[in-house]
Amino acid sequence: MSELAMPPLAKLVLEDLHIEFGARLVPFAGYNMPVQYNMGVMAEHLHCRTAVGFFDVSHMGQVLLYPKNSMIDLGLALERLMPVDVLGLAPWRQRYGLLTTCSGGLLDDLMFANRGDHFLMVVNASRKTEDMAHLIAELSNVAHIALLNDRALFALQGPLAAHVLLRLIPDIGCMHFMDCGIFQSCFGAMWISRSGYTGEDGFEISIVNNTAQDFARALLAMPEVAPIGLGARDSLRLEAGLCLYGHEIDLATSPIEAGLIWAIPKSRRPSGERAGGFLGDTRILQEIAAGPARKRVGLRPQGRAPMRDGTMLYSLDGAKVGSITSGGFGPSLQAPIAMGLVDAHLNTLGMEILGDVRGKKVPVQICSFPFYPTNYLKRS
Amino acid sequence: MKYTQDHEWMRVEGDLVVVGITEHAATQLGDVVFVDLPETGTEVITGQEVVVIESVKAASDILAPLDGTIVEINADLADNPGLVNEDPDGRAWFFKMNIKDMAALDGFMTSAEYAALVG
Repeated sequence: MSELAMPPLAKLVLEDLHIEFGARLVPFAGYNMPVQYNMGVMAEHLHCRTAVGFFDVSHMGQVLLYPKNSMIDLGLALERLMPVDVLGLAPWRQRYGLLTTCSGGLLDDLMFANRGDHFLMVVNASRKTEDMAHLIAELSNVAHIALLNDRALFALQGPLAAHVLLRLIPDIGCMHFMDCGIFQSCFGAMWISRSGYTGEDGFEISIVNNTAQDFARALLAMPEVAPIGLGARDSLRLEAGLCLYGHEIDLATSPIEAGLIWAIPKSRRPSGERAGGFLGDTRILQEIAAGPARKRVGLRPQGRAPMRDGTMLYSLDGAKVGSITSGGFGPSLQAPIAMGLVDAHLNTLGMEILGDVRGKKVPVQICSFPFYPTNYLKRS
Repeated sequence: MKYTQDHEWMRVEGDLVVVGITEHAATQLGDVVFVDLPETGTEVITGQEVVVIESVKAASDILAPLDGTIVEINADLADNPGLVNEDPDGRAWFFKMNIKDMAALDGFMTSAEYAALVG
C-alpha cells in the first residue's frame, strides 16, 4: 500500500499529554504512538525495572463478550476457538489465551477475564479487525460482542507499581497476579488486572476516556512514575521472553512451535477430559505428541552487536537452521538478546549456532527464557 | 568543521579528515549500544555504507562523506559505544580518512548552515 493510500492515524485520547512529556510519536498499528520520551529507551527500560513505568496502551482492543444463554455455553464456544481452559477460569480471574486458525497457526494472542456474567478480552492492536471478524463469525449465536472505543488502557509496571496505585485505589492491595476487578474511584469505574507485558509486577487499567487524562496526570505527578514508550515496552518484553504477534507468532506458527504449550492445560491435550475440539487441533495435538518441526528459543549473541528480526541462523557446519524473530539489546543485561525459530533438533541449551550480521557469521548461544527473571506477585 | 546533509561532521586533522555524527543525529538515534566500524585500509566511495550504529531499538547506516581510504578507526567505541551520545562532536569520532583533494570539503555546510538546517 502506498503512503497516500494509508488511512489517517488514529489519535490517542492522551496524545497532547504525551507530547507535553516529550514523546516522540511514530505510526504503530494504525495509531500515532509514543515510542520514547525525553529519558530515552535505555533509561525508561531501567526505570521500569527499578521503580514504575506508565504505558499508554489504548491502541489495544478491549472486547466485551456477553453470553446470550449462559457463561458455560459461551465458555464452551470459546474453547472451540482457543486451546485453553475457559470453563475452569474462576470469576475475577484472567488468563492468557490464543486464537488458533483451522490449520493450527495463530490468529492472535490475548488476555481474557471472567467477570462473573461476561468475559473481557484484550487483543493486539494490529489484530483487532481480524479478531473481531473471527469472533463475530464464530460466536454470534452465543454472545453479544462489542469492541469498545470509549475506554483508554494503561499499564503500570514495575516493583513499586502497587505502592503508587494504592494511593489512588486502596482496594487493589488484595490483588494477586492475574486477578481482575472493577474498582469505583473518583475517576469512575476502573477495570484493573494485576498483569502486564514487562516481566515485572504491575497492573493493566481500563478507564473511561473522559477521566483518563486526570488519572494519568495523578500517576505521572508521583516521583516514582515515568512515562514509557513502545521502544522500552519491546525491550522489556523481550527480556521477559514474551512473544509479540507478527514476530514470534503469526498465522503459520503453531503455539507448540512458539513454546506456548504451558498455555494449553492437560484437559485440552491428548487424553484430557476436553481434549482437542478447537480450531487447528489436528496439527496442535500431533505436535504435542510428536514434537514440532521448529521451536522458539532464546539466543545470546556473542559480543555487543544486536541481532535483529530477520537475521538468518546457521549451524556450525553452515546449514540454514532458522531465523531471528525479535532481537535487540537488553538494557538490564547490557548485552544483545534475541528470540528465534529454529529447527527443533537444535533446541539444546548452551548449543552454539551462528547468526549472519551484515555478512559476518557471529556465534550465538541457545539459552532459556526468561533472559531477565520475572517479578510477578504470585500467591504464596 | 564541515557538515553533510546526513548529519555527519568532518574535521581536518593534518592531512586527514576525521568523521563523526552530530549531536542532533546522536539524539535522534537514542542510546547507542554498538558501533560497527570498517577495517583500516578500506577504500570507500562517497555514499558507501561504512559504519553501522545500533541503538537499543534499531540499526542505522553512516555513509562515507567523501572518496578516500580509512586509515584509523576509534577503538574506544568498541568498549564504550555510549560515547556517541555523551560526546558526539569529540571523543566519539568514528574514523579518519585520507582523501585525494581537501578542496572537496569546500562544498559542504558550515556550522552556521548546519545549525540552520536542524533548527
